[in-house]
Formats: sequence, structure tokens, C-alpha cells
Amino acid sequence: MTRRRTPEELLEQVQAEEARGSRGRLKIFLGYASGVGKSSRMFDEGCRRASRGQDLIVAAVQPSGAPPATLEVIPQLGGGAIDVGSVLARHPRVCLVDALAWNNPPGSVNPYRWQDVRDIMTAGINVIASINIQYVTEFAARVERITGKHVDATVPKAFLYGADELVVVDSPPEQVHLAELREITLLLAADIVDQQLEGYLHQHGITGSAGAQERILICLTPRSNARAMIESGRHIAERFHGELIAAHVRQPELAASAQITLNSNLEMARQAGADIEILEGEDVIEALLAFARERGVTQIFIGHSLGARWWDRLTGSPVGRLVRGAEGMDIRVFPQ
Amino acid sequence: MAEGRLKIYLGYAAGVGKTYQMLGDAQELSRAGRDVVIGYFEPHGRAETIARTEGIETIPRRKVEYRGRVFEEMDTEAILLRHPEVCVVDEFPHSNIEGLERTKRWQDVNALLAAGIDVLTTMNIQHLESLNDQVWQLSGVRVRETIPDWVMKQADEVVLVDLTPGALINRLIRGVVYPPEKSQQALENFFQEPTLVALREMAIRQTAHESESHHGDPGESARQPEGVTERILIVVTPDPSSAAVIRRAKRVADYLHGDCIAVGIAGGKDADAVDRHLGFARNLHIESQTLEPAGDPAEAVVSFARERGVTQIFLSHSKAAGPKKFFHKPIDEGIIARSPDMQVTIVSNRPRL
Repeated sequence: MTRRRTPEELLEQVQAEEARGSRGRLKIFLGYASGVGKSSRMFDEGCRRASRGQDLIVAAVQPSGAPPATLEVIPQLGGGAIDVGSVLARHPRVCLVDALAWNNPPGSVNPYRWQDVRDIMTAGINVIASINIQYVTEFAARVERITGKHVDATVPKAFLYGADELVVVDSPPEQVHLAELREITLLLAADIVDQQLEGYLHQHGITGSAGAQERILICLTPRSNARAMIESGRHIAERFHGELIAAHVRQPELAASAQITLNSNLEMARQAGADIEILEGEDVIEALLAFARERGVTQIFIGHSLGARWWDRLTGSPVGRLVRGAEGMDIRVFPQ
Repeated sequence: MAEGRLKIYLGYAAGVGKTYQMLGDAQELSRAGRDVVIGYFEPHGRAETIARTEGIETIPRRKVEYRGRVFEEMDTEAILLRHPEVCVVDEFPHSNIEGLERTKRWQDVNALLAAGIDVLTTMNIQHLESLNDQVWQLSGVRVRETIPDWVMKQADEVVLVDLTPGALINRLIRGVVYPPEKSQQALENFFQEPTLVALREMAIRQTAHESESHHGDPGESARQPEGVTERILIVVTPDPSSAAVIRRAKRVADYLHGDCIAVGIAGGKDADAVDRHLGFARNLHIESQTLEPAGDPAEAVVSFARERGVTQIFLSHSKAAGPKKFFHKPIDEGIIARSPDMQVTIVSNRPRL
């Protein structure tokens, strides 16, 4: 689950992209196990590009692997390390790297292969690489629990998020424990794609949500039945692999006891994995709606006490405004 | 006889390579000695894909005349007679021309499965019924040929066929997917990069979800709070937004492993529209009922909800605004006011992005 980025963070990303200028592009083939076909998809693409006349070389092959004979290979150094010096001197347009996760032997310029790839990209060379989810650092402990095998070489998740393109190489799992790895892989890919989607929406000045990822906003007050709302929110966010946010619109002159209740509600939300936001604004509904739109929320949870009072006023009721203003967002009203 | 196994190749647009991958697998099965036939294949003039049909028996299509024109459809009866072990069926969401035994290709596929034939088939995520409104919201396209979610759930395997939107657009420009005039049209409409990115995300998430529901989620966190099973009551009105409420509620219920009931109020002035919506719900395998309240409809809905142990009521945002409201309180307001002990979800209208 990824947090939707703020406009400032998106701006930073744009600036970072501009700053990187002539950096080569990175395309990654991601699979959940060996044998799903990552390498063959990658080499197929290499052959197609080469046949279209692109200047392309292979910089790394797996110990048991053999690249297609038509492709030019720059032999690896001892211990399987990429010969970065030769790749840079040869300076092709595209460089293929089979298996991104690899520990270079002691004494190498970089301890890890993904760092070699980063250096190759910095020189303006495009890289196409394959990786197995089992070798992503953040998942190593989980993978070890699932497979019972210790994983040695890893690549940080952030490196995958930095890829310009990511392709999932999928196939139905033959063993049950692989199903879980497959789900981790698909959800990671969905999050990376979601980040790209946000970038597009932002570029085109579109607010709101494309709705591919569920984002739940719990509106907390001192009076709300926080436990039920947070439990439901956590549950639904987990089932949909969505994002959970809890927000409170600051109110002037809150009694000390109410403040204590509110703080404990917010703490409960934090422990349930919610992102906590304290909003400012004279108009509670406006403040909530503006925030919800900015974050691409798909469901808003509010307490009934708030709701009932509002519904009682027939015209221009605040909850009516919330529903009317919440285009693209469902409103779930909770009992007290 | 055991039912055949269903395998779906799921993509997010034409041209990502679903049929190509399906035929590759069919070739492999055939080489492994299984009796494979092609029941329906849409070549779209793609040479690489057509090459992959070589060596596999194709059951000739059936010609059907309709209003003076001849259409070609899958010949399901011929396949049943031939009775192969595995049958390849392209374009799962296709609607048959009028006059055939079954109106939808997925129904033909169900007939093959029931006869013990394994089926490989292809579909795009935008054809999944419960995503229909979201797809419209982001693409402006109202997809008519849909697959009910329960039909997809029958699949023994769902495999994602992935390609980056950039690569797909390149293929379209190179004329690999469609002929030139159609390519141009596609690029201006459906094949815009943000639309493709969003559809791709939906396809990836759906594949993960299907995988989870097959293998169960061992994660403790996935359990229901306090062991309660979610039961959603959908309030159906004559308003067209009812279809969106039904789809949304079904999707939420499925994800929460809960169930759904749809109710409509009998005898209103638009009773036909209510019946139509209830029929739609029934097609999605949602239990549907008509209430005949003597008094206040909102009261009837709330007491029905209590009787049936409903945990959540789903409503559409009632558009009846203006002076009318002073005389006739919309049912949604009435339900909220009468159910202070129940969760109520107002499903929003989802405008075009």
C-alpha cells in the first residue's frame, strides 16, 4: 500500500526527473519465482530491439543461462560482476542485465549489481533488467518465512519504484506457497503503476481519483465511535490493499476531556496503520472535501451523530453538501 | 463427469498479447499430448498470432443469418460433439447474435465446462461487471459486453498478460494491433496513456484478488473484525444510479467475503424500472426481493434490514432536490434518520475524470 503523494512531493519528483537529464531509462521485468519466464521475455525484447537496429549488448547472464546467440555479450568479470568499465567504453544504447540481484565479489567498485546498473544508467545507457520478487530487500524476511530459504542478494524496493517501466511476468502458481509470492509481486506492481498514474493525473491537473486504488478517509471527532470506524476502515483497506487515512478538522475551544478522547482516537487510528492528518478550516465540510480530493479518497467514513443532526435540517444540510461535493467518493455513516 | 477447468488470460486492452500467450500455451499443451482444438479465434490480421494457431485443429465457425446479414459465431454444439480435452475460446465477453441457443459467449463456455472440457479464454479488465462505472469514469466508454463477477470467480486460474502502456501505444502506432484508420481512432479515444495506466492497475489488482480468493489469505489481519460477516442491503429505486449502487455493493461484499441482498419498493410509479434493476441484481447472483410496505417505505427497509441481520445499507445519492423535498422526504434521508444503529453507505455519482 502506498501513500498518495502530496503536490510538493510530486513537484520534487518532476524536478528530480529534470535534474537527471540524460540518465538512461530503466525497464524491469518482475516475476515471483524463477521459471516464470522473466529472462526469456527480456531476451525476446532484446532480440526485437536488435532486429530493429538498436545498438544493444548483454552485460549480465545468470550462471545457468544462455543469451540468444544473435546478441552481443560483454563477458562478466570474476564472481559474476558486470564489467562496468567495458560496458561504459563500448557505450551501447541498451544494455540487458539478467538478474538484478547479485552480490559482487569483495574488492569490486560496488558491492551490489543494482549499483553497477545505476552507474551504467548515469552514463546515459538504457538498461533492461529482470528481477525475482524474492530478492527485494523489504520482502526478504517474508519470503524467507514463506519459502524457508535464506536470501542473500537483495535490491531495495526504492530502486524498483525508480524504474521508468515495469512489466509483470505472470503465470499461475503451481505450488500454494508461491501464490503468496505472486500476490506480493502483483500488489507491488500495482503500487508502482499507481504512482505513475498519479504522476499523469497531476501533470494533467486532474484532481480526484481514478479509483483503481481504494483510499479510505475516517473523519474523527471526540464524539465519534472511533473503534468501529477504525476497525472497519482497517479491514476494508486491507481487503482492498488500499490506503487508510484518519483526519480531524481542528476545532476551537475543545474541552480538555474531549481533547483527551480525540487524542486517544487518533492514536488508535495510527496503530491501525492510518496516516493521521489534522486539518484547518472554518468550514469542516469544505476542509474535509478539499483534503479528500487532494488525496484521491474513494470512501469517507463519518459518525452518525454528526450525520443525524445534519440530516435533520432539510435544505443546505452539511451532510447533503458532503454527499453532493463528494463526487467519486462513497460516504459511509456510522452509528454512535 | 468432472467439470472442465477454466483459465482466463486477463489484460487491460486490445493488443497486450492475451491471445498470443493463450495460443502459446495451447501449443505447449498440444505438444504434451493433450487433445486441443480452437473453438473460436479472432485473428485481427496479426501475423505472429495467426502463426501460433498452426498445427491445432480449428472447429469451423457457425454461420448465422440475422436481418439479411451473415454473422459467424462459435459453433458450441460442434465442439461438444467433437469433445476435445481442451478448447481455446477467444473473447470471453462477446455477445452472440440473436437467435442462438445462448446470448453470451461465457454461457457457451459454461456449457463446454459442464461437458468436462477445459477452456482457455481471454478478456480485458474493462469487461468485468463490477468495474463498469469506474471504467466509464476514466475512459468515457460505457462497456456493454460484461462478464458478471461470479463468472470470473469460476476460473481455476487467472493469468495476467502485462505490457507497459508505452509499448502498447507503440504497437498501435506501428499498426500491429489494428488497421491504420482504426488505430488513429483508438489513439484518440480509449488508448490514452492515463486511461491505459489506470486500467492496467485495475487488471493487476484484480489478478491479485483472484489469486487471494483461490488460495485463501493466511494473513491474520484479513479476518473480519469480531468475526462478523458483512451483510449488505442494497436499496433499489427507479433512479438509473441504482445500477451503480448494485455494482459497487457487490464489489465491496465480494472483497469482504460478505453477502448482498437487494430490495425494491413495490407499487411506485416507476415499478418497471425497479423490476429491471432487481433483475440486473439477480443476474449478478444477488438475492433480490420486493417489499410491499403498508406505510412508510423507509421504515419497511429498515425493519427488513434488522430482520435479516444486515450490517450495512447501500443507497444512491438521491437527486430529488428542490422544493419537492419539503413535501416528500427522499428515502435515503428517511433511512438514515430511522437507523441510528446501522451503517449506511451513500454511493456517490462518479463523474468523468
